[in-house]
Amino acid sequence: MNKTRHLIEPRDFTIEELDELFRLADNIIASPKEYLDVCKGKLLASLFFEPSTRTRFSFESAMLRLGGQVIGFDDPNASSTSKGETLADTIRTVGCYADIAVIRHPREGTAKLASKYSPHMPVINAGDGGHQHPTQTLTDLLTIRHYKKRFDNHVIAVCGDLKFGRTIHSLVKAMSRYENVKFIFISPDELKMPSYILDELHDTAYTQTDNLEMVIDQADILYMSRVQRERFVSEEEYERLKDYYVLDNVKLQNAKEDMIIMHPLPRVNEISAEVDDDPRAVYFEQARFGMYVRMALIMKLLELEV
Amino acid sequence: MINVSKIKKGIVLDHISQGQGYKIFSQLKLDEIKDVVVLLRNIPSNKMGKKDLIKIETDIPLDLTVLGLIDPDITINIIENGERVDKIKLKLPQRVTGILKCKNPRCITQYEKVKDIDFILADPKKRTYRCEYCDSHTAL
Repeated sequence: MNKTRHLIEPRDFTIEELDELFRLADNIIASPKEYLDVCKGKLLASLFFEPSTRTRFSFESAMLRLGGQVIGFDDPNASSTSKGETLADTIRTVGCYADIAVIRHPREGTAKLASKYSPHMPVINAGDGGHQHPTQTLTDLLTIRHYKKRFDNHVIAVCGDLKFGRTIHSLVKAMSRYENVKFIFISPDELKMPSYILDELHDTAYTQTDNLEMVIDQADILYMSRVQRERFVSEEEYERLKDYYVLDNVKLQNAKEDMIIMHPLPRVNEISAEVDDDPRAVYFEQARFGMYVRMALIMKLLELEV
Repeated sequence: MINVSKIKKGIVLDHISQGQGYKIFSQLKLDEIKDVVVLLRNIPSNKMGKKDLIKIETDIPLDLTVLGLIDPDITINIIENGERVDKIKLKLPQRVTGILKCKNPRCITQYEKVKDIDFILADPKKRTYRCEYCDSHTAL
């Protein structure tokens, strides 16, 4: 029997495995009816220790569209954790019921810890605090692949909360594996990219700035992110930084014609609604790709084929 | 000058920076072993001015990984039949398990009982290690 595979961080999969996953996602997009029953009889445990509508719906839609079923909670007060149960015991118990588990938790490293107590049930990290969010990365990669046709030779500008933005951390780590990728990190000083992420970039080129307008013309991909209220201790600090960047049509005038604008959603004010009609805005399609790539991921981890 | 006789079998930790001896004594949990242990502090040294030294008369193998973290300049002398049979020069370990504690207040290891946390050497100059769970860097 093969060793149980988990997805804790994007680099858990090799570039070849990612290509295989994206090819499967392409096939699902092309012929969704062929996959309607592939997870029949399988159960996904959706363990959300932190509120998230979007990611949870995406996973649950993915499992239901594959013919599987879903159990779980989206409020930690409704789980045994509120009675003082350890994470280890929760996971061991869930492993008796479900075939695969998705976990979101506000503490960093939780999914990795959960995977250590899950010898037979694949565990998928759906976000662990400000640390990693690998399935958002898969979503982002599938989107880039769809619109840009390749992963190498891109200038990727990432803008907003780079300190707590886990989707950005995961994306940067994943894209740094490809040839001739250059990053432009755009953030206020208080929300700069953490040094442990910069350290891992090794030979990948990057620059840092706080000025979006100055660098927007260089970008092939502009990845905007929300300043997240829930990551701030001080409400005052949040209020000061939340609207630091607002992408609008004026700022987009200098951007390349074939640049794509991405955003993990939900968006607040960082992208003006007028940008939604710009053909470069792909962030709603990105959400659709998220569901398809999660379908492919569930199949891969459960080792299912049509 | 206090004289401490030679040991027959065991370990002598020499060239410990002055003042670090007690820290090493604690980290190695030498207060928990039943064998003869001597901690000498502030010994005059030609090379170091003053140094600390620990002698342990034991045949139980000790996990000395932690020493590289505290003071990589320590010399470890292995003694058999009253003679030095091996001299080990320390270096920073690539991986340490169950010794460091993550200092990131958002790390899951602060909230759940997690045994034997792995830390991977991140920056040899700063002597920092990366937590296997949250990736944040920490030092001893």
